[in-house]
Amino acid sequence: MSDVTLNAATANAEAAPRTAPVATTGAAAWLRANLFSSWINTAVTLALGYLVVRWTMGFIDWAFVNAIWTVPMNGNVPDTAACREIRGTGACWAVIEEKHRFILFGTYPYEEHWRPLLVCALFIGLYIVSAMRRFWNWVLVPIWIVTLTVIGVLMWGGVLGLSYVPQERWGGLPITLILSTFGLAFAFPLAILVALGRRSRLPAIKMLCVLYVELVRGVPLISLLFMASVMFPLFLPEGMNIDKLLRAQVAITLFAGAYLAEVVRAGLQTLPRGQYEAAEALGLSYWQKTGFIILPQALRLVIPPLVNTFIGFFKDTSLVLIIGIFDLLTAGKTAIVEPAWQGFGVEVYVFVGAIYLVFCFAMSKYSQDLERDLNQHRRR
Amino acid sequence: MSETIDHEARFASAMRTDTPPAIVLQDVNKWFGALHVLRDINLTVSTGERVVVCGPSGSGKSTMIRCINRLEQHQQGKIMVDGIELSDDLRSLDAIRREVGMVFQSFNLFPHLTILENCTLAPIWVRRMPKKEAEELAMEYLTRVRIPEQAKKYPGQLSGGQQQRVAIARALCMKPKIMLFDEPTSALDPEMIKEVLDTMVMLAETGMTMICVTHEMGFARQVADRVVFMDRGEIVESGEPEALFSDPKTDRLRLFLSQILRGH
Repeated sequence: MSDVTLNAATANAEAAPRTAPVATTGAAAWLRANLFSSWINTAVTLALGYLVVRWTMGFIDWAFVNAIWTVPMNGNVPDTAACREIRGTGACWAVIEEKHRFILFGTYPYEEHWRPLLVCALFIGLYIVSAMRRFWNWVLVPIWIVTLTVIGVLMWGGVLGLSYVPQERWGGLPITLILSTFGLAFAFPLAILVALGRRSRLPAIKMLCVLYVELVRGVPLISLLFMASVMFPLFLPEGMNIDKLLRAQVAITLFAGAYLAEVVRAGLQTLPRGQYEAAEALGLSYWQKTGFIILPQALRLVIPPLVNTFIGFFKDTSLVLIIGIFDLLTAGKTAIVEPAWQGFGVEVYVFVGAIYLVFCFAMSKYSQDLERDLNQHRRR
Repeated sequence: MSETIDHEARFASAMRTDTPPAIVLQDVNKWFGALHVLRDINLTVSTGERVVVCGPSGSGKSTMIRCINRLEQHQQGKIMVDGIELSDDLRSLDAIRREVGMVFQSFNLFPHLTILENCTLAPIWVRRMPKKEAEELAMEYLTRVRIPEQAKKYPGQLSGGQQQRVAIARALCMKPKIMLFDEPTSALDPEMIKEVLDTMVMLAETGMTMICVTHEMGFARQVADRVVFMDRGEIVESGEPEALFSDPKTDRLRLFLSQILRGH
């Protein structure tokens, strides 16, 4: 009997939900709890707040208020005297205005700049289409093949009335996008195969994969690039020459592949054995088991480190400057070699940095959304 | 000794009828490193027979049934399933796995697939069944295990008992001739054990050949044709459940039974 009355009492108590104490919610409470909870916290908050405000104001003054956006032309040479006067207090965005086409497209023939521009637009379009999950099926394969072919035709030319542009004259953003897109497109499948190979029961395959990963990972990317550009041609028979960009591309792909393989392997290892056993017990073949059960789960788990590697690798493509390939960063550096513009590196690097930031931030944001959507089954 | 005679008698009787025995284990031995986990296992299960395997933990029960669909490999002896000998030949292994369904202690549903997809994946890709037909079949089995309304959910959204019933349905969707159960209720909360056992009883009533590793003696009494008691990698005793439980011949089984009964 006592049980019954006890239950009745709790039921009544539950029937009227109470609101949470006001003092622990709301912006004011958050500020009090996190920023001003003691005199030392208050002091730190005020000091850091002061620095942040000062720095922001300084940046706004430099970048916008005191900035110079255009400079007069003195014949063929820009007159940068006004810019030099305000050095240190204001930005000279005129260098970007003047040089943005060089930074973006390098030494590509000026009157043909619409071609690399279209190539960049095609790459971005390709990224957007590939990011949409409704296209995640076989449709993507022809889309990629067609887009990459069009990109090749546009860059090289020599057909359809387009003038031929040798690879040595390519430069800027298209080079960065080519190196990273092709690099990732080949490195990722390679990484999956190597990661699976490292867990293979066949000793030869396992050895080969371990050797590849450890060898490539144990060497800096710069030395790989040097090898690709300087040493590799020595081994080729007389008269045979492989495009320098292609050699750098292969070096970058192999490098990224080794790192991605380890990320993928980490994902494979977190899957419980039971998943493998259940798939085997149902009679799925090795590739069915891997494709339907193991990889979909393993890759979802490693989205954050995968994208981390992607982003790092996108920026690593800028190292090709040491073998004389004209990527976005190299083009930026070269743009300020001209005497009139010497000393305006900050503006150029801010511009180039902003372009890298846009791509990296887009990748990061997309990965967060993907992670949330794909891991929906983990939520109840 | 009696066990050997029993085994031979069964073997002979199985041979006499037209249907070959569903499973034959002959002098099967297995080691994990230096540990001898299966010792001279002889077991014949005829078609439609329901066998319950029990024994203390570490006695090799799970290893034995996992050898039957080669999740573990035996090192000596011979295992025949549905007339096919288990060997390194991948084709015979595929053929056997198609005919043998398995239910695991920890369910092992695929968490990234819906309940329906869990059930249709193997029929579509292994049995090459059209998708629509596979889905109809899956819904039929999900209805039979009484959770058709959960078809669109993910495994993580279901209770343990429901997940295990899905795992049973998933195995049945391959229309296996033999079902193996590896402690199917050991990971379940007590209130969910019954719903899974009821499903298994229902399955037993359809005449399915079943080998079930379990400690559920009530279940053994209700459905088993034979109970096999294992200890330290050997089959110590086997026989009809009533006879075995009420009149154990060996001290090891007597000890085991007393421990089980104390536990309950």
